Amino acid sequence: MDNSLTPRSNDLGLTAAAKANAPIESQEAKSFGKQLQGFWVTFITMFKKVNTVQYPEVKEPTAERFHGRHQLNRYDDGLEKCIGCELCAWACPADAILVEGESNTEEERFSPGERYGKVYQINYLRCVFCGLCIEACPTRALTMTNEYELADESRAKLIFEKEDLMAPLKAGMLQPPHPMAPGTTHIDYYRGDIKGGSNG
Amino acid sequence: MTNAEIIATDPGWIILVKGLLIFVVCVLATLMSVWGERRLVARMQQRLGPNRVGPFGLIQSLADGVKLALKEDLIPKAADRIVFVIAPIISATTCFMSFAVIPLSGKVNLFGHETVMQLTDIPVGVLYVLAIASVGVYGIVLAGWSSGSTYPLLGGLRSSAQVISYEVAMGLSLVAVFIYSGSMSTGEIVAAQNQWWFCVTLFPSFVIYAISMVGETNRAPFDLAEAEGELVGGFHTEYSSLKFALFFLAEYVNIVAVSALATTLFLGGYHALPGLGFTESWLGGWFTVIWFLAKVVFFFFIFVWLRGTLPRLRYDQFMKFGWKVLIPFSLIWILIVATMRVLSQQGAPRAVVIGFSFGVILLILAGSSLFESSKKRREREDAIGEVSTPSFPVPAIPGKITSNRTEQING
Repeated sequence: MDNSLTPRSNDLGLTAAAKANAPIESQEAKSFGKQLQGFWVTFITMFKKVNTVQYPEVKEPTAERFHGRHQLNRYDDGLEKCIGCELCAWACPADAILVEGESNTEEERFSPGERYGKVYQINYLRCVFCGLCIEACPTRALTMTNEYELADESRAKLIFEKEDLMAPLKAGMLQPPHPMAPGTTHIDYYRGDIKGGSNG
Repeated sequence: MTNAEIIATDPGWIILVKGLLIFVVCVLATLMSVWGERRLVARMQQRLGPNRVGPFGLIQSLADGVKLALKEDLIPKAADRIVFVIAPIISATTCFMSFAVIPLSGKVNLFGHETVMQLTDIPVGVLYVLAIASVGVYGIVLAGWSSGSTYPLLGGLRSSAQVISYEVAMGLSLVAVFIYSGSMSTGEIVAAQNQWWFCVTLFPSFVIYAISMVGETNRAPFDLAEAEGELVGGFHTEYSSLKFALFFLAEYVNIVAVSALATTLFLGGYHALPGLGFTESWLGGWFTVIWFLAKVVFFFFIFVWLRGTLPRLRYDQFMKFGWKVLIPFSLIWILIVATMRVLSQQGAPRAVVIGFSFGVILLILAGSSLFESSKKRREREDAIGEVSTPSFPVPAIPGKITSNRTEQING
């Protein structure tokens, strides 16, 4: 059993800590010859491969779980996952999220179930990309992408509206409002039993 | 014909052309050296350095200069306005002046006139360079004082103290050159290095000069006058726009100037490397300029290498090094050189001269080892006398646990 909470050995790394804290043998300056070695280090480094990434032209992928711009996800038939519960807004330590929920009607249905997020704004001048909103979301409606190029020239442009945050419609998805797949309830949606195109 | 005699035949317009050329070369050298330094230091840190403006970022320093010129020119309220404006001008003009006596080439043909690329060759040329460098200190100390602010004042004081102390060591290191070349004129010093460069025959002088020229130009590792972490920017903290650019220009022209002087005095000036003497007549003599520039670039590389490698010295260490190591050492060295010179001029046999120098070296080695051992003994005695427990409470060292506790954990 690979339990990360089980210590690997029973000395809790104290031996290593003691070794790291061992008294420094000598505080005196190293010999002159030893000091000259630094010149060799800098000289040989000149011929080593450069670490620089030519950023705007060359873009290296971020870490897989990098906290980038948010995204509001959809079910496979295009209905929104957001239920307008505001848990993300309440979780946000920077008060960067504004949600206003609204009731779905039979004529105008944006998400399965009772409610949907009518207004959804994230202020990227406030957001600290901590990801607490993602943890708070009960329907996995809110996730984060790896997109990090968020600079812009005005404050207003950095408040992202719902349409900026919505995931794009993929093949088989239908732009809401539209009714739930026939004979299904929001529970089927929640369990992931709905496949794309089930609405015709 | 000596350089002085050749220059004496120059008509007025040739002198003007030369003056202009020196100015242009200095400014270009500054632009190139700022770029070169940034590129080189970047490579030493596994970076690329400026590579955006122009091919390989060559025009970067020009772009920076334009940016500086377009910025707002602030004069602080507490500043002494007149001195505040004059200080950068003093700095920038003096650094160009030392180039007047540096011979950049051998005999060349300039617009149909046989001459050397040297504005003037005065009999006390090297002293003139030292004097000009001293005047340059005024720029620094006045800038620090007139800013009416604390950090510039401290930086200005540090800079001037530094430049003045290292000028002593620098001047002393040049004495050996004067003794051996029999002249203070730069043209004749270069001519005296026809066979052996002074960096070989007067190696200790060369080392002392090389160290003190770094101190003289306020460069890393002796840049404690501009220590960002301690003094913001040193004497030029309050300067902006073109006035700051003038200081920047002065700093880099100074580097080129001391490198050029080092080339002239120790690396045979415009002479080719030993064994490549035939190249000196190439391009009608103009090839000697390339030799000269190559040597200056070599020194510049040393400057950059030092900056990329060494951490900054503490102020007291720096002063101690200058006054207690460099100056006594060069004084002893001058004594040896002078004695050897006199001995050989009086016709003493070679064996006597060599024996004398070996004797002095042995004496110094014996003296220093005696000093070292007595210092070690004193340190040992101090260590025995030391109190083993500090009188103030200290927290336990982390990770250091009593045997009792170890058993508990392991057990």
